[in-house]
Amino acid sequence: MATFFGEVLSVCSRAVEEEDEDFVENEEDEEIRRELEKKREVNLLWNPETSQSLASGNKLQCSDFFLAVGHNAASFLSAYVLSSSNWDAVGRASVWNERSRAVAGQSSEESACVFYRHKDIPSVLICRVTCYIAEDQLFQWTEKVFDCVQHRGLNVTVLSDSSVADYKTENYLSSSSAPFLRSLHTAAFSDQPVCQSLEQPNIVTGLPAAVLNHCQVHCIAAVVYQCYSDVIGPDSVTMETYMPVLTKLGKVMQLDQPPTTDVFRKFVRTTDIQSNLYI
Amino acid sequence: MFVSSQDSPPVFKDFTLVMPAVSVGNVGQLAVDLIVSTLNMRRVGYMHTDCLIPMAGNNPYSSCKEDAEELHTPAEVYTAAEMKLAVLQIRAPIIQTRTKRFRQQLVSWIKASGFSRTMVLSSSHAYQRDDLQLQGSPLRFLVTPSLLGVSADALKELGWREMERTPAFPGLTDAEAEPRLCIPGGGITKGLYSDSCAEDLRLAVLLLFCSEGDNIPDAFALVNHLNDWLHLLDNQDQEPNSRWKIPTSWSLLFGSGIPPALF
Repeated sequence: MATFFGEVLSVCSRAVEEEDEDFVENEEDEEIRRELEKKREVNLLWNPETSQSLASGNKLQCSDFFLAVGHNAASFLSAYVLSSSNWDAVGRASVWNERSRAVAGQSSEESACVFYRHKDIPSVLICRVTCYIAEDQLFQWTEKVFDCVQHRGLNVTVLSDSSVADYKTENYLSSSSAPFLRSLHTAAFSDQPVCQSLEQPNIVTGLPAAVLNHCQVHCIAAVVYQCYSDVIGPDSVTMETYMPVLTKLGKVMQLDQPPTTDVFRKFVRTTDIQSNLYI
Repeated sequence: MFVSSQDSPPVFKDFTLVMPAVSVGNVGQLAVDLIVSTLNMRRVGYMHTDCLIPMAGNNPYSSCKEDAEELHTPAEVYTAAEMKLAVLQIRAPIIQTRTKRFRQQLVSWIKASGFSRTMVLSSSHAYQRDDLQLQGSPLRFLVTPSLLGVSADALKELGWREMERTPAFPGLTDAEAEPRLCIPGGGITKGLYSDSCAEDLRLAVLLLFCSEGDNIPDAFALVNHLNDWLHLLDNQDQEPNSRWKIPTSWSLLFGSGIPPALF
């Protein structure tokens, strides 16, 4: 839809697809559809020790679950939390969909959604998600992951990247106002969020929304910190925006690094090399 | 699929259910928003299903700062117990490959809850109307045989127009081709209606022909139409549209503020 000034806005749920009632599927079509559905299933691969304990009915004992969705959020956690050697990778989620790259991206795909557990405080679980999870896979991802984690006393914190173009406000946002942080929490969350609450009519979508829905329905304390940025791709200023969350992280575990913004540079440099077309 | 948000599960026995079909212009959803917001309805539970695209936001019906921070999910059930009215609001599109499953979940929930009747608010592409449909009111209705049995008099009094069945091959006279029900842009409307006929549910569809764009006037037209039957609001002397309360979530429907540097 275009506005008076010709900007094109994406409007959700406008394109209503037809339900084709008269269309009779033959067996072959059905089989292809089934196969495709099977391929799109979310699989959780835990390390032998964890999978053994899960198989015997013991869920992961977890008090704090930190989830970073997007490159900036994931790099923020890598820089401040995962940089110490106190973390074990305990498992990963494999997700296949239309945006998965065939063979070339194999290695990056494997590290796209990894779960880490603190060596000294095993009740702290971290997950970095840098891959695309399709709309039909979000619910399943959340169900499967939370099925492995015990719910009592669980606190979920989600850091998520978002584009400032998705943020609606009455006042025009000048370029100096981005990036900024907004929060959204479930009814069971009793703590004070570190930033302002997300204003109506703004909404959260994707994995953070799926996690919030699950936690709201199952009465789990959860908060999403959504960072609205005007830069596409890894960016140190955007990563810095998550800094207020560190105070919450510091309560749960000892952070050995003094917060300096220099640590973000190494995460940004990798993309610099690819984008040297216009120096 | 239905999860109660209270300690004791709500009782829906003999309630009237109003729900939208996610359809062209989101007219049904907007109309449902008006009902929940105007009647100050209470949330009693969630529809937690993998058939809808996840989304979350703060209270769409907040009236003051205190109640603004309240998480809301893609599909929720609201009630006004004194009116014996329940409303299902759906805020997200249905995942394409799961529309059938979603319909089945809805039908079995409606059956299990013991609603006395279900009203589906929907819309259809205005540009796909045939010559007959172009004339007169853009509002149509459909009722299942079992609801017609108990509401025939009320419908007669209202004098509404039923949704026409269109010929399979317009312009051709083919004795064998039976006229079909066709609701382009109606999402699950047609499927839900035929499922309800088969399952003997008391269900009515109220729909409006419209186009994409500013669909707020369409939502008012549809909700006023529903009000003629259900009498949700009774102050007849007021101008019909001003009786309804527009929720805060309707702000900025056409995007953010305009850059001041433009002028």
